[in-house]
Amino acid sequence: MKLLSPHLLGIEPLTPDEITLILDTAVGFSSIATREIKKVPTLRGKTVVNFFVEPSTRTRSSFELAEKRLSADSLNFSTSTSSLVKGETLLDTLRNLEAMAPDFIVIRHGEAGAPHFLAKHGRTPIINAGDGAHEHPTQALLDAFTIRQHKGALSGLKVAIVGDILHSRVARSNVHLLVKMGAEVVLCGPPTLLPAGGKTLGAAVTHRMDAAIEGADVVMMLRIQLERMSGGFFPTLREYAAFYGLNADRLKRAAKDAIVMHPGPINRGVEIMGDVADGEASVILDQVTNGVAVRMAVLYLLAGGDRDAVAQER
Amino acid sequence: MTLLLRNARLVDPEAGWDGPGDVLIDGGRVTRVAKTIAPDGAKEIDLGGLVVCPGFIDMHVHLREPGQEWKETIATGTRAAAAGGFTGVACMPNTEPPIDSRSVVEFVLAQARLHGVVPVYPIGCVSKAQKGEELAEMGDMALAGARGFSDDGKPVASAGLMRRALEYAQIFDLPVIDHCEEPTLVKGGVVHEGEISTRLGLAGWPGVAEDIMVSRDILLAEATGGAVHIAHMSTGRAAGLVRSAKASGIRVTCEVTPHHIALTDEAVLGYDADAKMNPPLRRPTDREALLAAIADGTVDAIATDHAPHHADEKCVEFSRAPFGVVGLETAVSICLDRLVHGGIVPLARLVELLSAGPARVLRLAKGSLKPGSDADVTVLDLDREVKVDAGRFASKSSNTPFRGWTLRGAAVMTIVGGHVVHDAR
Ligand SMILES: [Zn+2]
Ligand SMILES: [Zn+2]
Repeated sequence: MKLLSPHLLGIEPLTPDEITLILDTAVGFSSIATREIKKVPTLRGKTVVNFFVEPSTRTRSSFELAEKRLSADSLNFSTSTSSLVKGETLLDTLRNLEAMAPDFIVIRHGEAGAPHFLAKHGRTPIINAGDGAHEHPTQALLDAFTIRQHKGALSGLKVAIVGDILHSRVARSNVHLLVKMGAEVVLCGPPTLLPAGGKTLGAAVTHRMDAAIEGADVVMMLRIQLERMSGGFFPTLREYAAFYGLNADRLKRAAKDAIVMHPGPINRGVEIMGDVADGEASVILDQVTNGVAVRMAVLYLLAGGDRDAVAQER
Repeated sequence: MTLLLRNARLVDPEAGWDGPGDVLIDGGRVTRVAKTIAPDGAKEIDLGGLVVCPGFIDMHVHLREPGQEWKETIATGTRAAAAGGFTGVACMPNTEPPIDSRSVVEFVLAQARLHGVVPVYPIGCVSKAQKGEELAEMGDMALAGARGFSDDGKPVASAGLMRRALEYAQIFDLPVIDHCEEPTLVKGGVVHEGEISTRLGLAGWPGVAEDIMVSRDILLAEATGGAVHIAHMSTGRAAGLVRSAKASGIRVTCEVTPHHIALTDEAVLGYDADAKMNPPLRRPTDREALLAAIADGTVDAIATDHAPHHADEKCVEFSRAPFGVVGLETAVSICLDRLVHGGIVPLARLVELLSAGPARVLRLAKGSLKPGSDADVTVLDLDREVKVDAGRFASKSSNTPFRGWTLRGAAVMTIVGGHVVHDAR
C-alpha cells in the first residue's frame, strides 16, 4: 500500500489506512536510532529543502535528522515573514526553490494554507511542517505513534487536549487523527481559546479541566503563547495556571496509567508543572525521539516506498 | 437619431408593465411605448422576444481610479459595466487619494465623461481621508455631483461621527452608506467565524460584528431622521433588523451582493483567495435569510461590490490576499440563474432590485421606461447559457470565484441615453 497524495498537507485528507501505514512504517525506522550506524541509503541522491518561514528549531532539527538518516541531502532555507512582505512573494520564493530541483519541500509557515498554496502552484511534493493555526500533521503522527507505543492502540482511548485550542495546529491535527482512528477526544481550555464550531471537528468541548481529564488515558497539554495574555484571551498567567495548569493533584483524576504529552517547548509552571513534566506519566521525550522515525516514514512513503521494503532496508 | 426597439417583452415594474411591446427612443429619451409602433424612419432593432428593462444600476463598485489603475480604471470599469448589462455605476471613494473633496469628485466625473462607457455616480467620503475623525466636505461634493457618502472599505467606526454624518447629509437628501463591521470584533478576521474557519485555522470574522453595526446605524437613523444604507448585507440577523426597522418607518435601505446570494463559506475550503471578500461568505442559513429578504421586499438593491485586484496580489497566502471579487460581468447571470430560474423571485422583482431600487436609494431620476425617461435600457436573454470566462472580462481584473460556472440567463445588450454601448445578442 502507498500514500494516495504526493503531498502531506494535513491529517484531514488522510484515510485511517494511510495513517496506519505511516505509523507501521515508522516502527521499522525507529530501530535505526538504536544502531551504531544510524543511517540507511534509502533517499541517497534525493534533495530535501527545509523551508522555514516561521522559525522552529525543534521541528526543523527533527526533519533534518530524519533526512540525514535516510541519506538525503538537506538544504535549509529560512526566511522571515517580513522579507516576504518586502517584495518577494511566496510564489517567487517557490520558483527559486524549484530551480534547485528539490525532491521535497518541507514547509513551516505562519499562515494557514501556505503549504496548499505551494502544492497548487508548484510541482514538488510538499510536506507541511506546520501552517499557522491550521495543521501540523507530522506532530499528530508522532503523537499517535507515541500513544500506540504506550497504549497499544488508539481506538477506544479517551484523550484530553488542554490549552489554547483556538490557535493550535497541533490540536487540530490531533483531533482529526484521533477521531478518525476511533479515540474519544475532549478539548479543554478557557472559552476565549476554544474555536467556534469546535464540536464539529468531532470532539467534545469543555472549559472545565477536571471534567476533561476525568478518566483520560492521555492528557495532551498545549503550549500557551505568552502573547495571548496581552491579546486579552485570559487575564494573567497565574490565573491561567490555576485553572488550566496540569499538576500532580489534577492528574490523579485521569486513568491510573495515563500518559502526559506536550509538543514542546514547555512553559514550566504555566501549562504544566515541573514535577509532572519530569514525572513517571510523562512521555514528552519519547515524543521527540519518535518524531524522527515518523518523519523518516513520511519521507520514505512519499518517495514511493512501501512498508514491506523497510525490512530489506534494514 | 431615433431608435425603435421592436418585438420585446417589456418588463418595467415602476410602470407596472410586463408584456410584449415596442419602445421608441429619440434624443436620448423614451418617447413612446406601445404594443406596436410603426418605424417611421427610425432605426429598428428587432429583439425577437428578448426582455427589455429599465437600465440596471450597480450602486456599489470600486473603479480604482485614481491611484490603483493597474487594477481597474474608469474606462475599463465602465466597459465591464456595459458588458454586464449596467447603464450606470456608483463608485466608492476608497481611491488614492480618496474621493473626499470636490476636486476628486470632479476628476472622476471628468474621466467618466472622457473615457466612460456608462455614467458614473461618485460616492464621496463621510470623513476626511476616510480617517473616521472629521466630516468631509459633503456639501461641496454634493454640489459637484456626489450621490451619497461612505467610508466604504472601512466602517464608520465612531458612533458620534456616524450621528453627525446622518444629521448633516439631510441637507442634501443623500444617504450615508455604511460598511458595517465592528472593528474590535473583526480584528484580523479573514473568513466567516464558524466551523469552516476552525477547520482551516483562519482568523474568523463573526456575523455579530455586522449585526451590531447595522443595529447601531438603525438606531442612529431613527434618532437623527437621516437615511442610512447598509452596504453588502451578509447576515440573516442584519436582514431581520432592517426588516423590522423598515416596518417602523425608519429610513434604512440595504443592498445584497450576487456572491453572498450564490455562495457560502464552503467556497473558501482549499484556500481560494478569489473567495476572500469583505464581508466574508457566510453560513447557508444566512444565505437563505438573504434570499428571503430579497423575496419579501426588505432588500432594496442588488449591488456587486465589484472589487478588482491584480492576479499577482491575490496569488499569495490566503490571509495576505486582499479582500474582494469582481462582479460587474457575472452579476446579472448569477441573479437570473439563482433568483429567477431558481424560483426565488419573479423577473419583475429582480428588475426592480437592479434598476428602480438603486435609483431610489441614490435619488436618481432613473429606473423606468415611462415616456419622458432617460433612454437607459438593459436587454436580457433569459435562456442564454453562459460559461463564466474570466479571461474574457472587459475588466482589468479577473478575481472571481465563479470561474467556469455555467449559468442560465444573461444581459445581451446595453443602451445608455439612446446609444447602444454593448451588443452581444
Ligand atoms: Zn465594503
Ligand atoms: Zn465595497
